[in-house]
Amino acid sequence: MQFGLETIGRRGVNFVRITGGLFVLLGRFIVSLKHAHKSFGLILEQLYVLGVKSLPLIVIISIFVGAVSAWQAAYQFKFIGAPLRLLGHAVGKAVVIELAPVLSAIVFAGRVGAGVAAELGTMKVTEQIDALESMGINPIRYLAMPRIIACVFMVPFLVVFANFIAIMGGLIVSVIGVDVSSETFLNGFKDSFQLKDFVNGLVKAAVFGLSIGLVGCYEGFAASGGAQGVGKATTTSVVISSVLILIFNFLFAVILFRV
Amino acid sequence: MADAFISIRDLFKGFGAQEVLSGVSLDINKGESVAIIGQSGCGKSVLLKHLIQLLEPDSGQVLIEGEDVTALHGRALVKLRSRVGMLFQSSALFDSLTVAENVGLGLKETEHLDDATIERTVREKLDMVGLGDILEKMPSQLSGGMRKRVGLARAIANNPEVLLYDEPTTGLDPITADLIDNMIVELNQKLNVTSIAVTHDMKSAFKIASRIIMLYQGKVEIDGSPEEIKNTTNPVVRQFIEGSSIGPVQVQ
Ligand SMILES: Nc1ncnc2c1ncn2[C@@H]1O[C@H](COP(=O)(O)OP(=O)(O)O)[C@@H](O)[C@H]1O
Ligand SMILES: [Mg+2]
Repeated sequence: MQFGLETIGRRGVNFVRITGGLFVLLGRFIVSLKHAHKSFGLILEQLYVLGVKSLPLIVIISIFVGAVSAWQAAYQFKFIGAPLRLLGHAVGKAVVIELAPVLSAIVFAGRVGAGVAAELGTMKVTEQIDALESMGINPIRYLAMPRIIACVFMVPFLVVFANFIAIMGGLIVSVIGVDVSSETFLNGFKDSFQLKDFVNGLVKAAVFGLSIGLVGCYEGFAASGGAQGVGKATTTSVVISSVLILIFNFLFAVILFRV
Repeated sequence: MADAFISIRDLFKGFGAQEVLSGVSLDINKGESVAIIGQSGCGKSVLLKHLIQLLEPDSGQVLIEGEDVTALHGRALVKLRSRVGMLFQSSALFDSLTVAENVGLGLKETEHLDDATIERTVREKLDMVGLGDILEKMPSQLSGGMRKRVGLARAIANNPEVLLYDEPTTGLDPITADLIDNMIVELNQKLNVTSIAVTHDMKSAFKIASRIIMLYQGKVEIDGSPEEIKNTTNPVVRQFIEGSSIGPVQVQ
């Protein structure tokens, strides 16, 4: 029992430490934006490496996300006897508000957040971060800021594609599997589409991106103790950012989409 | 000695419950070549890192020309770091950058020199360590000895006044180690720097240093000329320079 309490205590201390660390990093990130012009090349590079290169993966998951949501909606419609001409409504809303932003962000956390934590963690344990500092280069400005900026801009960028591809995926399943014409599906989608939903989805995506970037950099900089430490930083970064994404997403739902 | 160039005063540093430095004090004059020796894990790297605030002490001071550098920040800290070059234990080359970019990074990012000047300086520094012909190689393509030499070139890129060498010869074969030692002796003379080398390689320490300091149990155990060290009767030091596992020093 004592052991249990101790574990809970340690977890609590960890939680406070990480939360504090993330806020400190956020502050230092904001301060470093003053020198963003000096890191222009680095920012472009990260936009490409972290963002554009994630596009194929986002395309693939989005097709299947759209496809399964159409299938699932049709299945439920059949059960409650709702008319299938509303399929475009249901798929459109689900994709634009929830599925595209959340699933893109989680996949991005797995690919990019983990990559950032591993890269910076390796640099930390091999003294490369110390070496940067010894040369008078601020690692926040040189390493973290370009990566965090790339995450903030590229998650929304990817979500735009994810929306489009997922709707296409839904359309294909509707036409082939459920026997709803493409016209009916798209009309339903158009009727239900609100710019507000789309924009809110992108705002959420930017916040998810910020969390992924901050957590990846924080865990990377905090890594210690060789290859094992880097592995731990990588896993932890994916766990923390995925949990943050889902928590923020719920808060957004409550604030932005009142029932 | 108030007028020492570098003065470390009563430095304490621990990590969690483990105390690593427990009151280190030493003075280093301008132009000296000092070797700090001691067992692995005794805090040599930790001590070195305090000189450019890669670590902050729990208490104590590090004075450079009378100014406490443990509390510097912002521009003053960047300025201090530009006066000091450091060769890291693992070389710490940036593995996403070429050799030339590694050596030139500080010149580009902190000194804001133009490309032509950077290219010329990088070539000159790499020539000094005998690697003028591998500018476009990646660090992963280099041997351990070559990585150390690139690290050396990077450390001297902006003509620092102080050079810190963290185990420059550890992990190298004896011939390459000797080459690095010679290079360090040559650089120290040619660049007219103050140098501090941390090592547990006694041969290297005797070769590159005019003064040897041994750290033991978080404190300075002995501080003297190579001759004094060779002839000391201090059992701890004797055991270390003779390389014996039998004696007062416990092996953890
Ligand atoms: N950043 C750190 N966090 C925790 N412990 C550290 C850190 N740096 C060094 N130590 C510990 O301090 C001790 C001295 O390390 P170090 O100075 O690297 O030894 P060495 O004399 O071999 O260079 C070791 O026990 C090491 O584990
Ligand atoms: Mg060391």
